[in-house]
Formats: sequence, C-alpha cells, structure tokens
Amino acid sequence: MGERTNASKEHPVIPGMGVEADGALAVETVGLAKHFGKTRAVDGIDLAVRPGTVFGFLGPNGAGKTTTLRMLATLLRPDAGTARVLGHDVVADADAVRSCVSLTGQFASVDEELSGRENLILIGRLLGFSHRAADKRAGELLDAFGLADAAGKLCKDYSGGMRRRLDIAASIVTTPPLLFLDEPTTGLDPRSRNQVWEIVRVLVAEGATVLLTTQYLDEADQLADRIAIIDHGRVIAEGTSGELKALVGSGSLHVRVLDPEQRSEAGRILTAALGTPFQLESDPAALSARVTDPELAAAALAELARCCVPLAEFSLGHPSLDEVFLALTGHPAEDDTPKEDAA
Amino acid sequence: MTATETTQTDLLEVAALRSALHTHARPQQPNAVSASLSFAWRALLKIKHVPMQLFDVTVFPIMFVLLFTYLFGGALAGSPRDYLQELLPGILVLTVAWITVYTGMGLNTDISKGVFDRFRSLPIWRPALLVGMLLADIVRYTIAIAIMLVLGLALGFRPDGGLVGVVAAVALLLLFSFSLSWIWTVLGLTMQTPEAVMQASMTVMFPLTFASNVYVDPATMPGWVQAFVNNNPITHLTTAARELMHGTPGYWDEIGWVLLWSGALVAIFAPLTMRLYNSER
Repeated sequence: MGERTNASKEHPVIPGMGVEADGALAVETVGLAKHFGKTRAVDGIDLAVRPGTVFGFLGPNGAGKTTTLRMLATLLRPDAGTARVLGHDVVADADAVRSCVSLTGQFASVDEELSGRENLILIGRLLGFSHRAADKRAGELLDAFGLADAAGKLCKDYSGGMRRRLDIAASIVTTPPLLFLDEPTTGLDPRSRNQVWEIVRVLVAEGATVLLTTQYLDEADQLADRIAIIDHGRVIAEGTSGELKALVGSGSLHVRVLDPEQRSEAGRILTAALGTPFQLESDPAALSARVTDPELAAAALAELARCCVPLAEFSLGHPSLDEVFLALTGHPAEDDTPKEDAA
Repeated sequence: MTATETTQTDLLEVAALRSALHTHARPQQPNAVSASLSFAWRALLKIKHVPMQLFDVTVFPIMFVLLFTYLFGGALAGSPRDYLQELLPGILVLTVAWITVYTGMGLNTDISKGVFDRFRSLPIWRPALLVGMLLADIVRYTIAIAIMLVLGLALGFRPDGGLVGVVAAVALLLLFSFSLSWIWTVLGLTMQTPEAVMQASMTVMFPLTFASNVYVDPATMPGWVQAFVNNNPITHLTTAARELMHGTPGYWDEIGWVLLWSGALVAIFAPLTMRLYNSER
C-alpha cells in the first residue's frame, strides 16, 4: 500500500494523507473485487482509511458501495483481492473483524415487532451484557438519541428518522472502533438528517472511525474527511472534498444580465474570456461557465463591463461535488440506473 | 447547513450522546446457550406483543374438530364422541405441523428486513438465531397443544392413557415438530418473500396432512393411496399419539418410526440450513 502515488493509471489519487507512516490503517483493501454472475459489482478497489476519520463512499445506485461495505463487514466473501479491517483479514479472521465493527444496513435494520428498548436490550445481550446491564445501557442510549419517550413503542410505529437513530444506537451499544453506515440518511427529512450527521460527528470526535456510503454529494461534503468516488465498481477519484473539487477547476461563474436580450452576447464574452463553453440557465437572464482560474473570472467580468453588458448580479460558485462527478464520469451522480446495488 | 439549523436539533443532547459513547468496553462474548436464549427471548416478546397470533393458528384446527366431530363423527365412528377419541390426537399433530410453517416465514422476514445482517455481523455463535427461534417455537407449539387439549376435554375427549400418556404424546409431537421445522428454515433461507415461503410450505403440508390417517381409517382407500398414507410420517405420528394417549399397547413400533423420521429430517435439513445460513446472499 505504501507506494501508492498519483502515478497510478487507474484514477487520480491525491498524494499525502491516505497512508500513515506507521501503516496502522482502519481499513485497507487491495484489488478488492466481487462478481455476481457476469456483473462486476466491485471491480478492484484499493482503499486506505485512517483511524479516527470519516471516509465517504460516494456513488450512484449500483456503483458497488453496498457490496464493498458488506465484504468489509464479513457478510460477503471477496472474489479477489484482500481487505484488512483494523489489522484483521476479513476472510481468514472474520470473527475478529466482527468483534470490532458495527454495521448499520441500508434499510434500517431494527426489529419492527419489538419496541425500541427491546431492540437495544437484545443487541446488548448478544454482545454479552447481563439482562440488567443491557437494560441500563438501552436506557442511556434511548436518552442520548432522543428516543426515551418512544422507548416502549413498537418500532413499526417509529418515523424514518427515529428508526435510523435507533439503528445507529444499536450499532454503538458497545462503542466499536469502526462503524459502517450504509446510506445512513437516505429517505430522511432534513431535520433527521442533521441529527444523524451530528451523531456521526460526535462518534468521530470520540475516536471512532466511520466508513459511510452515500448518494448525496452534500452529505459526503459535510461529513467526510476523505471521499472515494465510485462508479461501476471502481474508485474513479479519491481525496478530500477540496482536492476533488480542485480536479475540476475552481467552480463556475454565474451571471444574470439586466437585459435578457443580451444573454447570448454575454455568453460569447464569457467563453472568450474563460476559455470554457457557457450554459444557459432556466432563468432567461442567467447563464454560467466553468472557471479554471479565479483570475480569469475577474477578467471576464471586466470584459462584460467594457462591452456594455450590464449585470444584475454575479457569483463565483465553489464547484459542487455534482460537477465533480459529472466531470469525472461523464454522467451525473443522480443517474438512477435501474439495477440496484447488487447485494 | 447553517449553524442555527444545527443547534436546532434540540432532541439530541450532544453531552448525553458523548457520555453514552464513553467508557463502554465490550463485555465477554456470550456463550452459545446465552446467545440462543437471547434470540428465544426475542421470539417470545413477539408473542407477547401480538398474542392473537397464537389463537389465529388454532382457528382452523378448532373448526376442523367441530366440523368433523359433529358432521362426520356419527357416520364414521358410530357417535361423535367415539370419533373425537380418534380425531383429537390427530388434530394435535396437524396443529403443530401447521404452526411449524411460520418458522420459515419468520426467518425469511428477518432476512428481507435487514435485521438478519446485523445479527450475522455480530460476534456470536452462528446457529444461535436459528436455535433461539426453534426454542421459542416449542413454547408456541405447547400453548397451541394446550388450547386444543382443553377444547377436546370440554367436548368429551377422554384419554385412557392418563396424564403420563398425554405428556409422552406431547413430547413426541414437539420432537417431531422441531425436526420438521428444519425443512421450513431451508425454504425460509432460499425463497424470495415470506409469501413465497408460505406458498411452498402449503404445497408440502396439504398432501402430507390430508393423505394421512388423521380423519379416517385408510382401510377403504385404494391401494396406492394406502401405500402413501401408511408411510406418511404424519400417519406414524398420529398413530403413536393415539396409542400413547389411550394407553394402547404396542406404541413402541410407531414411536420408532417417528424417531427415525425425525432423525432423518434433522440429518438432512439441519446441515443444509446451516450451509445456506452461512453462505452469502
């Protein structure tokens, strides 16, 4: 793993932070692969996740995120490559891996026919607590996750956000050094999503390592220290959010002209000044163009003023991960391919 | 995400969250027995939450007892009361045999809900989930048998073998049901939906329970039907239960057959279940 450089022909890897000098990685995979029939769900993935960080796995449905996570959690056996989790091989040493990780599945994996408290007690007992200790621990977690009022209710009556919180609570009955969260906020309302994010931040602040998958670019942006963008079973880019954004330049210049008649003229000026094609937006007076260098943006604005194209407003947007994804894969991240993440 | 929005997540006390995360080392891993009992506890809680499910599964047997006893009993055995003496042990067999089907459905539901993945990623004795489910099932079978026995006694069922005979028959029933369950766990692990499991189980259970000696003496059936009926494990179990409950001598032969069938079912389907359970999906 040590000699991973950006000379790798597979994908752009930003050098630096990926590998610690002492080599003590929370997750380390080399050429990890899994096939389902002819589908190469995971097609040779190299990962290096430092302990105490959030590592985000970003990609559309069917990209191979869930399959990778399931291999790391010992639920699937890799077809090729190796994976070590906190130093333990996921195949040869599966029991050791299970004893130091928690998996929160893609669909809230709580038992709907039990109450929230009973769910937590069950997990506590399965981890070796006595019934009384498991009950006490369940109480602490229900309080901490804002579920005390609903503790006795059956989980099938819980909202999506409550289920998610209970699900994560079940994952930390004993605080595992490594947590796998598979699409932890899919289908949640913004408020519940904020709560889940906050839980992840506290977990990491307390020293845990979190590996999460997401389809949401802003989620990876918000939470992850490092992000791997995965498409068709391969990592197509890896780095911090800022590094990934830098791969596609510094963002886009958005302008709104005062007179919509002048929009195409403004477009020509922008393209000439920035050297990138312009896009018309749905607003009849608005358009944008990608910026490779912020200084060019300043020049472009000056050029618009010189050519008497008055502007109502302008902004230089930091590129979104959406743009990163589009630039790297040629298709948008929301590409809702019909095939589900094969699991 | 703005700072104000984040502070509005008032439900979550960050301090409480932090303290909940602190200081929790994993206790020693539970042994096989403790893990299995935890899963049995889980299954029993579900009965506690929805007690009606126990009565649901006895509705059909109760209807069968009443219909067969009072409609056909006189014609088949001279009087409803005489017929009930033969019918009730057979109905007990049917009752538990039918309930075993729910084991496969429950397992399949767990898998489709994702809770199965969590259990499988815990460092516990692998068969514990299955063993726990089957242990709890024994409680369900016992309750269902008790309901049917009380009904039978109220209608005039009088076991000549006394309490010992009844208890011995019930024990044999439980053993066979436990063994039969392993077929359904295989189905539960291979089929796509709980409904499909139900469908497949019914397809097996209908011929098995009807082509037996539960309702009528097979003597008047055509030879090829008799060949099936006489070798059907349900027939052996029904005969054994009748003989034990009524204290008829010679029950050891039939008990032998039931034990043989039970052993064969476990020997084939338990390893198959464990292989499917440990394989990936």
